[in-house]
Amino acid sequence: MSDLRQIAFYGKGGIGKSTTSQNTLAALVELGQKILIVGCDPKADSTRLILNSKAQDTVLHLAAEMGSVEDLELEDVLKVGFKDIKCVESGGPEPGVGCAGRGVITSINFLEENGAYDDVDYVSYDVLGDVVCGGFAMPIRENKAQEIYIVMSGEMMALYAANNISKGILKYANSGGVRLGGLICNERQTDKELELAEAMAAKLGSKLIHFVPRDNIVQHAELRRQTVLQYAPDSKQADEYRQLANKIHNNSGKGVIPTPISMDELEEMLMEFGIMQSEEERLAMIAATEGQAVAG
Amino acid sequence: MAKDYVNDAEGHAALIEEVLAAYPEKSRKRRAKHLSVAQPDPENSTETEIASKCDTVKSNIKSVPGVMTIRGCAYAGSKGVVWGPVKDMVHISHGPVGCGQYSWSQRRNYYIGKTGVDSFVTMQFTTDFQEKDIVFGGDKKLAKTIDEIETLFPLNNGVTIQSECPIGLIGDDIEAVAKQKNKEHGKTMVPVRCEGFRGVSQSLGHHIANDAVRDWVFEKGEGAGAGYEAGPYDVNVIGDYNIGGDAWASRILLEEMGLNVVGNWSGDATLAEIERAPKARLNLIHCYRSMNYICRYMEEKYGISWLEYNFFGPSQIAASLRKIAAQFDETIQENAEKVIAKYQPLVDAVNAKYRPRLEGKSVMLYVGGLRPRHVVTAYEDLGMTIAGTGYEFGHGDDYKRTGHYVKEGTLIYDDVTGYELEKFIERIRPDLVGSGIKEKYPVQKMGIPFRQMHSWDYSGPYHGYDGYAIFARDMDLAINNPVWGLFDAPWKKADAA
Repeated sequence: MSDLRQIAFYGKGGIGKSTTSQNTLAALVELGQKILIVGCDPKADSTRLILNSKAQDTVLHLAAEMGSVEDLELEDVLKVGFKDIKCVESGGPEPGVGCAGRGVITSINFLEENGAYDDVDYVSYDVLGDVVCGGFAMPIRENKAQEIYIVMSGEMMALYAANNISKGILKYANSGGVRLGGLICNERQTDKELELAEAMAAKLGSKLIHFVPRDNIVQHAELRRQTVLQYAPDSKQADEYRQLANKIHNNSGKGVIPTPISMDELEEMLMEFGIMQSEEERLAMIAATEGQAVAG
Repeated sequence: MAKDYVNDAEGHAALIEEVLAAYPEKSRKRRAKHLSVAQPDPENSTETEIASKCDTVKSNIKSVPGVMTIRGCAYAGSKGVVWGPVKDMVHISHGPVGCGQYSWSQRRNYYIGKTGVDSFVTMQFTTDFQEKDIVFGGDKKLAKTIDEIETLFPLNNGVTIQSECPIGLIGDDIEAVAKQKNKEHGKTMVPVRCEGFRGVSQSLGHHIANDAVRDWVFEKGEGAGAGYEAGPYDVNVIGDYNIGGDAWASRILLEEMGLNVVGNWSGDATLAEIERAPKARLNLIHCYRSMNYICRYMEEKYGISWLEYNFFGPSQIAASLRKIAAQFDETIQENAEKVIAKYQPLVDAVNAKYRPRLEGKSVMLYVGGLRPRHVVTAYEDLGMTIAGTGYEFGHGDDYKRTGHYVKEGTLIYDDVTGYELEKFIERIRPDLVGSGIKEKYPVQKMGIPFRQMHSWDYSGPYHGYDGYAIFARDMDLAINNPVWGLFDAPWKKADAA
């Protein structure tokens, strides 16, 4: 069990964490790895591309139905999908009620205690949007994920989120040994996206693991509840995910303690890349438009 | 007179320094603000002819982490103090089972009624949160609990929801459940946001509970107050929790005076008494700390004035009866004198019996938010002296009022820590300590007599003239118990001799 590798995917909501992670893990199987995916999002959509189905029964819903998590058997919640990838969804309450963070803690403890981690090479956690509370930091605490991969893009909010997640990693880095594995840029076709992603990675003391180009084939596969690896294994995009899988596989033990930057530094960087205006530029622009309006 | 004693101000000041010396610097600085000696206050003169300055200590501030504070939490303030004694309502301890388990049976708030039929004070209701209720929210379980209560105890007149910590953490919408169930069952439903982590002590729980009376009883309609014809002598007693029957011993005096007690909050209270309260002519407030908020509201909204009074010990009782009577006509005033005269023989008999046994004995007190000052004169009526006193959760206005009770030089300690109290007691070695259950046994092991002054040590009542007789007997029982003569082992005694 010593060589069990635990990784986690974090990133801003809607950035494509689940899509990227499932495609990458599907490619990782080709390297002969046995994989368990643990979905840590109340929406429970981290495994649908692997299972080719709608959302699976979640640990927490079944536990609630049966009375408590102690009444649950591992077989009830562990489903096997594409190329024998094992899938578990933590699940959680509907939006606006209860405590989803506590739910993540409950299910991860359940999975560990019931041997879900035996006989796999990889455990991958897919965690929602941001590290909003202690519960969602569970996968980066002691003895959980060794490396965190942050899915991001050249959009400002994605960069904010990446920086915030790095702060979460830093908090637990010394006590628990979690490391930042690197950034994965999911192309959004923003200005100077690759350069910005590399600059951000450098600021965080990490590296850009891979730049995943935008390709509609991902949507086509997703509509069929499939990964690109399953839908079009010979496509160019499938090869991109294979490359990413390879890089992650060879990145074992190469994670770093991130050096998150201040909001000021982050905004400065965005200005450098022309994404954000400085205060002077903004005032100048307002003056210009007002001037135009008066003239008109 | 017991009032003539002098406290050792310098000695007490030196003792504070000595006790503070044990702390690291930061804690020492913070704790120093809470310890003081009552100062002379020549400008202030009161009817008790006692005036000292006690509001030099800081109060109502977060306890220093790491010390053993004696305080409770907001849930304790609402469930345990203000709402719990309302007998015809069911009070749900909403959350995990522990808070409910440890507040089961209430605080000896006596009541008349059939428990489990029309009264529920000593019963315990809880939603008993499990992990899934935390994860998925507990509103459904709360709704079900209220439905079950309605089925099992149809004579309940309403339900209060006493929030434990997790309710606030997971953001349950208990107000929505309360509104829904009020529609379905047509009974008063009161959600109380008294999560334990709120505020620095139980004091905020009192305030939150008072606000819940305002928002979920008064502002929801007249209830039992509708159509009630108010009489000229209608009064409410506010802040008497009927510990060991206190409210009953108080009520008879007011009634003998010719007043009509329409509501007693909240010992032995019904919801109807709360609903009718706005019709009364005057609010008489005993526990100022826990119920002044709703009195102020009633004053603003309904124009009912309020008056603080003190029914501990004959001096304060007589002064209070006269003060209350002065709010009414001459008949009531004459009646007040008659009441005082009627009970004088009882007072004389109590004093004749116990005063010789208690004269000159010194007392240290540490109680909640009222009694650290209110019981002072009762001890002095027995010839005893007060060496030190302090509040768990008093505010600045409580310490200001304390100056009307204690003499200069009295040791004053706010939110005292276990260490400080133990040291103070050890060094002052009073003849009696009056505090709570947590303090009782360490003090007795020091060889010092002790009485619980929250629960009256399973005795009571202590209010009113009847209460004074019991109070005097109990203090004598504690102090003059022959057990203290056996405190030292015989072989050690022989050595000393």
